[in-house]
Amino acid sequence: MKNYKKNSALAVAALAAFMITTGCHHKQASVPEPPAPPTETAPAPTATITASPEMVNPGQSAVLTWHTTDATDVSIDGVGAVETSGTKTVNPSETTKYHLTARGDGGSTDAMATVTINQQQATAPTQQKMTEAEFEQNVKPIFFDYDSYSVRPDAQQGISQDASFLQSHPDAKILVAGYCDERGSEEYNLALGQNRANAAKTALVQAGVDASRIRTISYGKEKQFCAEMNESCWQQNRRDQFSLDQ
Amino acid sequence: MNSSPFFGRKQAVRFLFIFLVLAISVANAQDWVRTGTNLGAQKIRLAAADFKMMGTDAALSTAQQTFNQVLYADLTNAGIFDMVSKSLAPPVMPGSPKEINLTQWSAPPANAAMVAFGEISVQNGRDVVYGWLFDAKNTQSPQVLGQQYNEANGPDTARHIAHEFADAIIARLGGGINGIAESKIFYVSDRTGTKEIWEMDYDGANQHQITHLGQICLSPRISPDGGRLAFSELSSKGSDIRLYSMSLNRMVSFPIHDGTDFSPAWAPDGNNLAFSSSRTGDPEIWISSASGLNLRRLTAYRGPDVSPVWNPKTGNQIAWISGRTGLPQVYIMESDGTNVQRMTDGGYATSPSWSPNGQFLAFAWSRHYGPGAPGGQDIYVMDIASRRWIQLTHDIGRTDFPSWSPDGRHIVFQKTAQGHSEIWTMLADGTEQHALAKIKNSRMPNWSWK
Repeated sequence: MKNYKKNSALAVAALAAFMITTGCHHKQASVPEPPAPPTETAPAPTATITASPEMVNPGQSAVLTWHTTDATDVSIDGVGAVETSGTKTVNPSETTKYHLTARGDGGSTDAMATVTINQQQATAPTQQKMTEAEFEQNVKPIFFDYDSYSVRPDAQQGISQDASFLQSHPDAKILVAGYCDERGSEEYNLALGQNRANAAKTALVQAGVDASRIRTISYGKEKQFCAEMNESCWQQNRRDQFSLDQ
Repeated sequence: MNSSPFFGRKQAVRFLFIFLVLAISVANAQDWVRTGTNLGAQKIRLAAADFKMMGTDAALSTAQQTFNQVLYADLTNAGIFDMVSKSLAPPVMPGSPKEINLTQWSAPPANAAMVAFGEISVQNGRDVVYGWLFDAKNTQSPQVLGQQYNEANGPDTARHIAHEFADAIIARLGGGINGIAESKIFYVSDRTGTKEIWEMDYDGANQHQITHLGQICLSPRISPDGGRLAFSELSSKGSDIRLYSMSLNRMVSFPIHDGTDFSPAWAPDGNNLAFSSSRTGDPEIWISSASGLNLRRLTAYRGPDVSPVWNPKTGNQIAWISGRTGLPQVYIMESDGTNVQRMTDGGYATSPSWSPNGQFLAFAWSRHYGPGAPGGQDIYVMDIASRRWIQLTHDIGRTDFPSWSPDGRHIVFQKTAQGHSEIWTMLADGTEQHALAKIKNSRMPNWSWK
């Protein structure tokens, strides 16, 4: 009788503890019922781990979130020993499986979360739009002198700002397009525009941007930003325009 | 002894005379380079009688009118004839040798040395033309040329036969050099909304669209045999060399590379293409086979290198434009990249075209370039051996992209004024300038090789 009461009290306590620790985690519906003939041994630990987002672009980070119960010793492979419940930001360079082991008096339980690295550059279109607007706000065109493809001192400041923005967004690929004013020959201006695009690429690479992220193109005098025949217009047209490379 | 000083004085006078003659001829040569084959020779006084119509139907009447107009225009355009104007010609239409009275043509006011005449008819759905060229001063044996044409009747048949007969006359009287009446001009037009490659007859007739790519097509260059058209296509992917087969009427493959590839040029044997490519970063001149293989780089200086053109006579030299010292200048080199020589001494020089006889370069030049500089961009021709040049266009707008006709007597070019580009042609000495394609924004003409 005593024993029964004691066991029953233990079972109620275990149930209560379960309710408290797991709270609203309905996902854990599969947790086994407390054994009908209760024993003296402690309950086996439970563990869950999730990664958010589960897929990231190269260089992006993901957040791991985990919960365990009845565990005294929790570790994640590649991360090390961690709290019994918590979050951690990870920055994997390749697709990684995060293997969590929760050890307690009742044994050990494993859980797994995977962060997949997106090899394709394509990201969700909504995200792309955001980034494009953001890109345009932060990476401004640079302008050139007449028949020149040297980056002017006043453009160097812009290049530095562009480079630091690009370094903080290491996932972005960049298209540098060179443009010329309407004077001069179509063919020569195609080459001049290419040299202008190359000049900005060189300056960005010197400022620390990875060369493999930058594609160049020349529009020569084929596309004009301003159509009037005066110096302020021509200056508008002698430029490098930066955009996200799709 | 006595005669010696007298002889000496006579000799001195003689020397002075020879010196003066030499000085005058040198002075003349300095400001006048003779360009254009035979253009400096005495022009032959030529009459073209209206061809006699053998029949009465309306279609034949239209064909006859077209034939007479085109033949007269072709002979006028040739640049080697002093044409008898229609108003001075006898008001007769001799249809055959029996019907012509040569003294009628050789006498004033026509004063013709030569007279072209003949008849046109339609037989069984074919245009039949008999054409003669007679020496008006040689009544004993006057026939210089007798031609017969028999071609399926179509909208352009009369025009085509007139071109053929004109070319036969020009070849006979112009030192054996074939006429250009059957040659074609390729050019860029955006009349459909995007820049596409178009083709027209040498006189601006028969304009039709070649490409339908919807991108920016530039720098058309027809192959020496007329079978393939190379050009560049600029899209968001970059600029690439493209090939169009004139015989298959479709695009054919040419390898596409990263970087800006443009301004192609055919070697005169049709086996190689030179072009500008930035595949290694800086735009340089490269050569590949006609299928895009066997690539080799010719230039290695920092700065734009563009617009190559081969010496069509020898095939072993290339002229091109380089910005290696700042503003673009005309250079020439061997086709293996050696022996680089700068040809222009300043200004802004672009768009070289090598004359068929290998002797001259035509190019566009702003001799004083920069904001507010005097003068404009005009077409110049340089004698390569002496580097003497003459200016061919003056104050008609900004001119660019000269291209020699296959007979070396004409140059077609792009003229831009008030924001509109047109295609114009002129004789290689700068005379007889007139518009070919009046439709606005026609650019970058390229004359066929034959």
